[in-house]
Amino acid sequence: MKIYYALPAAAISAILLLSGCNTGDKNANQGAAANNNVANSAAASNSNEDDFKQAIDQYREYVIQQCDAFVTETAKFTAAIKDADIETAKSLYAPARMYYERIEPIAEALGDLDPNIDARDGDVDSSEWRGFHKLEQALWENNTTAGQEDIADQLLSDAKLLRAKVETVDIEASLLVTGAVELLNEVSTSKVTGEEERYSHTDLYDFAANVEGAKKIYELLEPQLKAKDAELSKNISERFTALEQELAPFKQGNDYVSYEQLQDQDVRKLSQNLDALAEPLSQMGTLLGV
Amino acid sequence: MSNHEPGMEPNSSNIRSNQDAASPAQGLLSKKISRREVLKYAGIGGIGLLLGGSGGYGLLAAQEKLSPSSKKNHDRVASMEQIPFYDQHQAGIITPAQNFLCFASFDLTTNSLSEVRKLFQLWTESASLMTSGQMLGNTNNSQNLPPSDTGEAAGLTTSKLTITFGVGPSFFDSRYGLSSKKPASFDELPSFRGDALLPEWCGGDIGVQVCADDMQVAFHAVRNLARIARGTAVMRWMQEGFQRSSTADPSGGTPRNLLGFKDGTGNPDTHDKQAMNEIVWARADNGANWMQGGSYMVARRIRMRIEIWDRSPLSDQEQTFGRYRDSGAPIGSKDEFAPLDLEAKDSSGKPLIPLNSHSRLAHTDGIKMLRRAYSYTGGIDAKTGQLDAGLFFICYQKDIQKQFISMQQKLAASDKLNEYIVHVGSAVFACFPGVRQGGYIGDTLF
Repeated sequence: MKIYYALPAAAISAILLLSGCNTGDKNANQGAAANNNVANSAAASNSNEDDFKQAIDQYREYVIQQCDAFVTETAKFTAAIKDADIETAKSLYAPARMYYERIEPIAEALGDLDPNIDARDGDVDSSEWRGFHKLEQALWENNTTAGQEDIADQLLSDAKLLRAKVETVDIEASLLVTGAVELLNEVSTSKVTGEEERYSHTDLYDFAANVEGAKKIYELLEPQLKAKDAELSKNISERFTALEQELAPFKQGNDYVSYEQLQDQDVRKLSQNLDALAEPLSQMGTLLGV
Repeated sequence: MSNHEPGMEPNSSNIRSNQDAASPAQGLLSKKISRREVLKYAGIGGIGLLLGGSGGYGLLAAQEKLSPSSKKNHDRVASMEQIPFYDQHQAGIITPAQNFLCFASFDLTTNSLSEVRKLFQLWTESASLMTSGQMLGNTNNSQNLPPSDTGEAAGLTTSKLTITFGVGPSFFDSRYGLSSKKPASFDELPSFRGDALLPEWCGGDIGVQVCADDMQVAFHAVRNLARIARGTAVMRWMQEGFQRSSTADPSGGTPRNLLGFKDGTGNPDTHDKQAMNEIVWARADNGANWMQGGSYMVARRIRMRIEIWDRSPLSDQEQTFGRYRDSGAPIGSKDEFAPLDLEAKDSSGKPLIPLNSHSRLAHTDGIKMLRRAYSYTGGIDAKTGQLDAGLFFICYQKDIQKQFISMQQKLAASDKLNEYIVHVGSAVFACFPGVRQGGYIGDTLF
């Protein structure tokens, strides 16, 4: 799994102890820092555990809320497929996916759910290919919904399964920290190149949703990050703004223009802004200690 | 460093002449002159006395005269080392990897088998000349003609140049009447999960792997082979490759790939003849009689998602490879060459070397092949502005189906490294057995 790796409990508590000493002096002798923490260990470690716990709880809440909307919108989309209402299905496709794209790292941590929901042609063996992109191909390339009823049903039940699983999924601090970067990696790997939505060219919806999901995580961790490294936090914040500004001209109401309307220099600028944001964002790991 | 130390010149007296025997195509390449001599004698008439041969033995004679304590001399000798072109097997396969690669894939434009044969004869002679540091052709000083050797390697040592030739599956289509000679099950690779192959980096009728300790020497060879081929074959794609040089790492440790990890730790020992026979050299029953002593090559252009890798935490990187970045040792071990302990578990009972880690997957089943990969960069991806860089993977084996394909199917299905790499180019070539003096590349086939 991409980002789901558990730190041993002992390591986490040690990290939390260390991060309790937010002197801002990065050269501080670790031994001294640890000693300081010992002095007020109870208060410091509890408050920091609470900090992460709070961020994690809030993130779970966010994930559940996104999943609820995802199931609702996917139900409308799959209903349109089964009604053979191609135009309605097309209009619901990209917006429904945005709820998923915002929380993709969680789905990736849940076994086969991500490939079942979101695999593109070639990502899995063709006999196992199902999910959104299979329906995307039917709608835009084949221009028919015929024979897609089972795929639609499967997609909806996969969405519901995701919703059920996020209730209890184990979310660790490390998942939050790396998850934000993973979301941007998703963008650089496939969305910014137009490879994700190869039939519908709705890549910018996914792009925007991945960035929103990353920003949500950043916002949840921002108080701690500010305390630990204010400059890094400011840097990340500014680059989110820069990227949002790059994306803004392509947004019309709640919709985004087709990827095909992007000029070469647009793609490159978006990609470079994305990398410029992802680099400092990947430094959020500093919250987890050395 | 003086050019006039005794024993250091590749003088013609200790280079065997095999000119007559090795000249199936008369004329074009008949007069031979060492590249290091050409500058000294350029413009002087009557250079017939300087004719050299193309043997690989000049070095040995030169080396004996050296003071072993002279480090500088040793460095120089290393760069002058000649790898014999005529041998039981083609050079460039079990030859220790030189610093640089220039790989060319060609498509034939002729429909005549005799023209193809002639091309291979010309290539044989020019390859034997270039690998022994000779100038090509005899019109290098004529004012009225373009020089027969393009000249950029004039004055340069042989730099361990090797040139390795093979033919792709398309070579055996209907054009030359050789369909029946196609080795059994020798085809382009099946598509693997996650492949994103670009046609401009795939296939080819002929593959030529050129390696040398100097990029200019390597490029010179490819360029001149392409020049000789004009009218008979055209280049389909070309890839330059590099790795840390022997100057940067005199110890010759395992090179690191562009992800910063040691790459090739598990490679078989090329000095182990038996292992090479089991892993690398084809027998007649590995597909075709004419491939006895040859080897099947797979080339894959594997782009690395550099920017994404660079923002991945070290723990992720090490879990991806199943090895430590610093030492190259398997997770849980200290020594780079320690065997992978696939049973080892951490305190929570999870495997120390993750199930989907690259080294674990590449290790299981005991499939072996000889890897000979180079790093590459193609500048930046014009579309995204990201680095276009990665690994130009080359491996040699006796049976592509049982070796590369079996392993790659497993890696493509579950290797954690797949998050950071994408295969964009692919080719396979049946690399001929070695050429004997008087023979030519592919003579066992034609």
